[in-house]
Amino acid sequence: MILARIKKAFPPGKDSAAFTIDADFRTDAPVTVLFGESGSGKTLTLDAIAGFVRPDEGRVMINDDLLFDGATGVHLPPQARRCGYVFQNYALFPNMTLRQNLEFAAEFRPKLDRHRKVNEMLELFRLADIAGRKPHELSGGQKQRCSIARALLAEPRVLLLDEPAQGLDATLRAELHVVLRKVRAAFTTPIVMVTHDLDEAFALGDRMFIYQAGRILQQGTPTEIFDRPASLAVARQLGVYNLLEAEVLTLDPGRNTSTLRYADFDLQGPYLPGKFKGDHVWVCVRPEELRPSVRTARPGMGQVAVQLERATPRPGAMRLEFDRDLVADINRDDYERNRHLKDWILDFPTSSLRVL
Amino acid sequence: MAIDWFPLWLSLRVAFLSTILACAVGLWIAYWLAFREFRFRDTIDALVTLPLVLPPTVLGYYLLVLLGRNSFIGKAYEAVTGGPLVFTWQAAVIAAFIHSLPLLVKSTRSALEAVNPNIARAARSLGSSEWRLFSRIILPLSLRPVLAAAAIAFARALGDFGVTIMIAGNIPGRTQTIAVAIYDAVESNNGDLARTLVLVISAVALFILWIANRLAPRQTT
Repeated sequence: MILARIKKAFPPGKDSAAFTIDADFRTDAPVTVLFGESGSGKTLTLDAIAGFVRPDEGRVMINDDLLFDGATGVHLPPQARRCGYVFQNYALFPNMTLRQNLEFAAEFRPKLDRHRKVNEMLELFRLADIAGRKPHELSGGQKQRCSIARALLAEPRVLLLDEPAQGLDATLRAELHVVLRKVRAAFTTPIVMVTHDLDEAFALGDRMFIYQAGRILQQGTPTEIFDRPASLAVARQLGVYNLLEAEVLTLDPGRNTSTLRYADFDLQGPYLPGKFKGDHVWVCVRPEELRPSVRTARPGMGQVAVQLERATPRPGAMRLEFDRDLVADINRDDYERNRHLKDWILDFPTSSLRVL
Repeated sequence: MAIDWFPLWLSLRVAFLSTILACAVGLWIAYWLAFREFRFRDTIDALVTLPLVLPPTVLGYYLLVLLGRNSFIGKAYEAVTGGPLVFTWQAAVIAAFIHSLPLLVKSTRSALEAVNPNIARAARSLGSSEWRLFSRIILPLSLRPVLAAAAIAFARALGDFGVTIMIAGNIPGRTQTIAVAIYDAVESNNGDLARTLVLVISAVALFILWIANRLAPRQTT
């Protein structure tokens, strides 16, 4: 169990505005993902857990061990916290070979045991052949594997990763995910990682925290959050939704339906407990859930008339961008047949509407 | 004219010992200033820099008060060694040390700060003590600029006049360093001696600066 309740205020600096982090964070998932735009306090949370930053108040605990407590003034130095930290730029020691980097982390062990452990790690992370090289002779992926192996050798209570995929190309990213799954399977060390890549959060995360401006907006499994963003801010952070501002026209608890007016169109949504007629609500819909078709008649219930502005190919589909800032996916053949047409209709299935 | 080379040898010896002393103390201060957050960091920084801006006579006065025969340190030294500390060549070492320390701290601090701070954080998160981090990673990574700084500190220690004359005095054959000997030669109208010593000390200083420049430009981070 990792608990981090941290509060820290930063006065405005020469080239930075004032910033306050106020995050309450508790997880016992094998892999926890901190997701959010840069400057939202994700890395600061890692730094507070590792002991690089001293919060103004709050508490940091791993399992039953108290690492920081604002009220009693407990603040263990990083050396005593046993938090493995994988930095964005890997922070390998440039004056040492890869093997020496690993040995540095294992020096608390007796010599024979250390040698065996380091060799095991070199094998596990496919670094044995290049163990004699210095960091500047390694590729990005190798440096990363070395950095993870080094952190694990110190037998940390938690492995903290700061945007591990930043700056890696697609192949290396996939490789990193394989490595992290391996770590997850071979070690019991829980992982907390910072990312702003949604695919990565889904690929690896068991639990996800959405950060914005120093606060946690929502937490849950990635699927939970994706299916049910708690607020407009979360939906915007995830960045994969059409966001519509609509007015509640009718509410029918008996049939579990509602009618929402968006621009001049009526959409049928689920019943909205707690809302009243005339309320303005935000509706979010994922592009792949909309059904675009060529306009042949006036739009009916659950349909919106739109003009096609741009089409861009995506893996496996075409992404159509319409006026009103609406985006929908369509399969390539359907698009090719109608590519010259401008007037389209978008179908909004009732189940696709998520009202915030 | 027979030239007494004692002042040169004394100066070299004093500068060498004071540089070793300054490195031992100064590197550690520079490391703490560069890599640690602590409450009186700015105060320590200012205190270390002070000798750079104070008149040497003022520094010498402070040291006389601190190390003189009536002071606690002076008495303790006398009890252990049987002789006073002030007006000995050992006092000249202290004078040169105080004179060169700020320069060493300033330039080694910037050399140490050039090392990526995440490297220090990584070592700490791996459980490394500050000493192991300093000796195994930070110092090897900044060795060249640190050696350059030590060379400059040596040159500066070689040239100290004001502090030396205040606490080590001008005793020919015992505490008369080369800077003091030049002053003495000029005062007593011994132009030849002054000229020779000036040329020698200039050549030595130039040579040391050349070494420092050779060491300085290539920095590893």
